[in-house]
Amino acid sequence: MLEIKNLTVSIDGRPILDDLNLTVRDGEVAAIMGPNGTGKSTLSYVIAGRKDYTVEAGEILLDGVDLLGLEPDVRAARGVFLAFQYPLEIPGVATMTFLKAALNAQRKQRGEEELSTPELMKRVKAGAEKLEIKPDMLKRALNVGFSGGEKKRMDILQMALLEPTLAILDETDSGLDIDALRVVAAGVNALRSPKRSFLIITHYQRLLDYIVPDTVHVMAKGRIAKTGGADLALELEKSGYRDYVADAA
Amino acid sequence: MAAVQETVDRVKSIDVSEYKYGFFSDIESEKAPKGLNEDIVRFISAKKNEPDWLTQWRLGAFRRWLTMAEPTWARVDFPKIDYQDLYYYSAPKTAAGPKSLDEVDPELLKVYAKLGIPLGEQEILAGVAPERRVAVDAVFDSVSVVTTFKDELAKAGVIFCPISEAVHTHPELVQKYLGSVVPTTDNYFATLNSAVFSDGSFVYIPPGVRCPMELSTYFRINEQNTGQFERTLIIADKGSYVSYLEGCTAPKRDENQLHAAVVELVTHEDAEIKYSTVQNWYPGDSEGKGGIFNFVTKRGDCRGARSKISWTQVETGSAITWKYPSCILRGDESRGEFYSIAISNGRQQVDSGTKMIHLGKNTTSRIISKGISAGKSQNTYRGQVSSHRKATGARNFTNCDSLLIGNSCGAHTVPYIESRNTSTQFEHEATTSKISDDQLFYCMQRGLSAEEATALIVNGFVRDVLQQLPMEFAVEAQKLIAISLEGSVG
Repeated sequence: MLEIKNLTVSIDGRPILDDLNLTVRDGEVAAIMGPNGTGKSTLSYVIAGRKDYTVEAGEILLDGVDLLGLEPDVRAARGVFLAFQYPLEIPGVATMTFLKAALNAQRKQRGEEELSTPELMKRVKAGAEKLEIKPDMLKRALNVGFSGGEKKRMDILQMALLEPTLAILDETDSGLDIDALRVVAAGVNALRSPKRSFLIITHYQRLLDYIVPDTVHVMAKGRIAKTGGADLALELEKSGYRDYVADAA
Repeated sequence: MAAVQETVDRVKSIDVSEYKYGFFSDIESEKAPKGLNEDIVRFISAKKNEPDWLTQWRLGAFRRWLTMAEPTWARVDFPKIDYQDLYYYSAPKTAAGPKSLDEVDPELLKVYAKLGIPLGEQEILAGVAPERRVAVDAVFDSVSVVTTFKDELAKAGVIFCPISEAVHTHPELVQKYLGSVVPTTDNYFATLNSAVFSDGSFVYIPPGVRCPMELSTYFRINEQNTGQFERTLIIADKGSYVSYLEGCTAPKRDENQLHAAVVELVTHEDAEIKYSTVQNWYPGDSEGKGGIFNFVTKRGDCRGARSKISWTQVETGSAITWKYPSCILRGDESRGEFYSIAISNGRQQVDSGTKMIHLGKNTTSRIISKGISAGKSQNTYRGQVSSHRKATGARNFTNCDSLLIGNSCGAHTVPYIESRNTSTQFEHEATTSKISDDQLFYCMQRGLSAEEATALIVNGFVRDVLQQLPMEFAVEAQKLIAISLEGSVG
């Protein structure tokens, strides 16, 4: 379970998140919607532990443990996964090599045995098939020369492999055509589980047609302005964010 | 890439900026008096019981050296070297030259064991992969202490011995080839080396022979204030092949130590030499105190048609590196290759690269250089590619990539390209990049620590070159890269 309490965050002295409160229960799929520049991506980066931000106040608890102050890799081993809006390229590092290094680094951190290469290959191949990732892509350098859709699918493959307890998707639908969106959404839906929480950050209703959320939060001016069910997203699609921006001000 | 994990483990197990090979061994040695003059040159020559031609050769070089000045064109900065304040000869004290391993000073064997270099043939034979045997020539303070697998190599007709020994056992070969690639007048440091060189390896591969194992020399500097002047000469006769590895380490000292080696390679028709170096001399501390001054002249002469010389180097050590392994492509259709990884950290200064001199027709060359700068270091690639008027159809491909880690280091690329005929095709590609915070964060988000992430990204960057190294060296090199970059992640 993710509990964010009274989180206030700034960057270079400029406030971004303002006394934000949010809870995502185990097994819950929560969507965060809102206009540009309200701090949605900042929230995802702060949970994952990016250093460019100053946390002025508050707590981020994952299963009761405060993540603030932990390094990003420690948070990852504790179950935080962030699917990036723009996944990074790592030239010269074969995708399979990267997957193995990441998974084993997490296992080691948790005091678990390293996974054997044949077992790893088996898991990767099974995951890749579901996401329509061709085997030769696993031999290529991670994300180098991949299309936007391929990069997103590769991120979801990593999510499947790393089995996080909290999966954050930051604008995963951006740059995806409808077919790629379907594949990615199916990949995410397959990972829904009673033990896993999802935080899905998006501008548009479109993604939520494929990944149906349990709750929808509207974010404006650095805090949660309204919370509702899946129907709230449909409402927003019609009315836009204008009211919330005005309300919060 | 299982070695990545190993790399990271190794990095974690040692303290930041700890140079693993920095121990000093207390071994009795015999030295020439400090300073350099004709008497010292004669002393060194006499110690080796050299024939008169070689003594005269040395003296000629010495007289020439007196008229020369240290080169200043490289992008390196170091205090003036007092050449009269150095020892030019130091040898471990042993009764006579050891005839077998049993006669080698056990303290010396311990040193090599500590460095992880097996000198006992039995140990090697008992190893898990006996088919990957490596014959080793161990050079301690410029004196060859032991060469393994000599008998087995002799059966194949391969000569692999200290050059001081080859002077006596194969004088005709030494006299014919010594200085034929790097003449005694070549440059300040090579000329100095010619005057005072102490020892090094000599290799001769007879016509048509493929050397049955990798040959390797491990250089170890031990003594204080002692200049190191090795001389290596490798000749691959018609249609032969040899792969040669060179490794170097030195103790940690507050003073700088001078190392001015010369390596000469000669390939005849259809012959091939693959020369790999993992240079790990002490780089000095993080403030730039101490470390080796590495002024090395390495050159290969593709004398015969269709012959090939390939240099592969992983440079992580030395306070100053001044080194340009080169190929003279004299034979028609000969080929030169240069693959390099040069890593600088702390206050290291690297000015390194290669020269490809195309003289023969349809000669080809390839240069892949990867420079990685971290800390407050400066890393320069300096390369020359030229084609002679008669070198029709000459082709070169050059790729120079620089990677910066942090904000206080520098990377520089200085290519010289000269073409004297219109049929030449020279290509040059260069990139400079920085490990971005985004890349690091991405890797860390997936569970890798900052060190693991940096090692992974750097290993990816140098992959093309690592693939050129013999297997065992590639693994070693990978570990070395991670160790060299310690403390570079803020």
